[in-house]
Amino acid sequence: MPSEPARPNLDGPSTDALIEVEHVSFGYEPGRTILNDISMRFVRGQVTAILGGSGCGKTTVLRLIGGVHPVNQGSVRFDGEAIDTRNAEQLFRLRRRLGMLFQFGALFTDLSVYENVAFPLREHTDLDDAMIRDIVLMKLNAVGLRGAANLRIAEISGGMGRRVALARAIALDPELLLYDEPFTGLDPIAMGVTANLVRKLNDALGATSLIVSHDVQECFEICDYAYIMASPGVVIAHGRPEELNASTDPQVRQFIRGEPDGPVPFHYPAPPLAQDLGLGV
Amino acid sequence: MSRKGIETMVGGFVLLGIVALVFLALKAANLSSFSGDETYPLLAKFDNIGGLKVRSPVRSAGVVVGRVESIALDPKTFQGVVKLDVKKSVQFPADSSARILTSGLLGDQYIGLEAGADEKNFAPGDTIKQTQSAVVLESLISQFLFNKAADAGSTPAAPATNGGKK
Amino acid sequence: MNSLAAIGRYTLDSLRALGHHAFFFWELMRTLPTSLRRPYFAVAQVHALGNLSLLVILSSGLAVGFVLALQTYYALATYGAADSVGLVVNLSLVRELGPVVTALLFAGRAGTSLTAEIGLMKAGEQLAAMELMAVDPKSRVLAPRFLGGIVAMPVLALLFSAVGILGAYVVGVLMIGLDPGNFWSIMESGVDVRRDLGNGIIKSIVFGVICSFVAVYQGYEAKATPEGVARATTRTVVISSLTVLAMDFVLTALMFSPR
Repeated sequence: MPSEPARPNLDGPSTDALIEVEHVSFGYEPGRTILNDISMRFVRGQVTAILGGSGCGKTTVLRLIGGVHPVNQGSVRFDGEAIDTRNAEQLFRLRRRLGMLFQFGALFTDLSVYENVAFPLREHTDLDDAMIRDIVLMKLNAVGLRGAANLRIAEISGGMGRRVALARAIALDPELLLYDEPFTGLDPIAMGVTANLVRKLNDALGATSLIVSHDVQECFEICDYAYIMASPGVVIAHGRPEELNASTDPQVRQFIRGEPDGPVPFHYPAPPLAQDLGLGV
Repeated sequence: MSRKGIETMVGGFVLLGIVALVFLALKAANLSSFSGDETYPLLAKFDNIGGLKVRSPVRSAGVVVGRVESIALDPKTFQGVVKLDVKKSVQFPADSSARILTSGLLGDQYIGLEAGADEKNFAPGDTIKQTQSAVVLESLISQFLFNKAADAGSTPAAPATNGGKK
Repeated sequence: MNSLAAIGRYTLDSLRALGHHAFFFWELMRTLPTSLRRPYFAVAQVHALGNLSLLVILSSGLAVGFVLALQTYYALATYGAADSVGLVVNLSLVRELGPVVTALLFAGRAGTSLTAEIGLMKAGEQLAAMELMAVDPKSRVLAPRFLGGIVAMPVLALLFSAVGILGAYVVGVLMIGLDPGNFWSIMESGVDVRRDLGNGIIKSIVFGVICSFVAVYQGYEAKATPEGVARATTRTVVISSLTVLAMDFVLTALMFSPR
């Protein structure tokens, strides 16, 4: 499939959303809320980023979209259908349409690279070995690892592992791709490769991609839209990368520019230094 | 390891288990002796069955020809009613007798069948008329003491005869 | 008063844990039909749990057979009943030691490897990845291992007993000099296939279920950290062993009570 040259235009709220998160609140236990009344829309065919500091709940959003936990309040809609985590048949249908890249790959360590990518094909299709071989090699080729097909997982580097996991995630040509911190812990070259792949694959597959990350630079280079979250599980800003870069909100500015002090303070709350050192009053 | 290789190894594993089972069942247990043969039932009534248990062997001339199937008490005659399963291939004359014997000195008890001389054989379900109950140790001891006492009581008569002769 | 509350809390926690176990067992059972449709995975697990435990089981069986023969010989010789060594060893192995010792060894060798493997898969998010790929990890990962353990255990227990008897033969007949004919014939007449061997096999199947279930449960419920996995493997051995011994008491009382 030909890759699209430029980013498509956002036409406002009427643009078709594959995923809608509506006024969702969620917490693992009654006392601890991780997400507080957040709303997000993920437009079809676009790459959307969810940015934020650690602990702000962005990975939790991915889990809710994957149907791993039920929401306490609000709803998550996949292609117009509200996700009901108790409906096993619905979850099965929805999960067949998505591919997820976990933070460290989550590859099956007892299988080879080839077998990892072949796994979804073997589990969900009746294709014979010859067809599976063709598909696996094509997917590995798309991520540049066709030559590594017979290596064991223990023999490949972290960056390569993530690419294998990406090949596995696209094995069934999903409509939705979820990326959990895909750039964390990668060297600059690997990061560039990964970012490039995310964008290319999204356009080639005509898919919708969600990237959860705290790497503002890489994300802004490839995404069409972004949400910025902050600690009590709220969205503090959203928009296209140019809009966010030009934002005057102090929280947004501090996050985007990586300023050490600002609305998110440098010092952990503590009594005055003089008091701790025992100097005077 | 390849798929075929693993399946072969597991097949070998299970085969090993079957071999062990067969060894234990045949060589090390009593499977070969008595199972699956066709049997016919006989009844026998005893005053005392002693230590006879269900599945105790029934022997004739020492050879196992059957098993005790059940033991019950006849509420009217207060006798023990033992139901035997005897191999169909062995038919006993209608006047054969059944005794409760002990294997060895302190061993398990079994039923010994002694063939009689009748021309007719037992029909299935017949009752063995001639039975001898198990030997009860206490009766044996009291009998022994009684005999001893009887012997002691009768010996004084002998010297009198001797004395008479002189 | 605090100790009373603590006891109450402990009881409620135990009840909750028991219920959780029961739910998990039920979920595992429900996945069996699906997982049996692709029996290769269970077969591969029989290899991993059974074949690879053979060395431990066979050598232990041999050693136990040697020692049992010696000890029973010393005890029986004083009563002039040394010829019954074979019988006593056979009964001890087939009724008790075969199933129980094999279960304990199995819990230690195969149970811990199961728990560690599953716990590490959980820590590496492999199970979550599977779920999000619409593959039920209980059916694809847990059920085959559970089934593999249930098949492997009875086979291992039989091999343990068989090898133990052979070991007793070596010590009793070849070393001490007992009569081989008596060795086998006294044994043959005293061991009942249904009562002794059959009950022993039933025991080993029950123990197989226990050990495999505990190992798989602890692995699945382990905390996804190194300490979590370590603690889970310890729990597997301890819980499996204690449960096996307790069930052994119950089963022995049920099976071997004098009629």
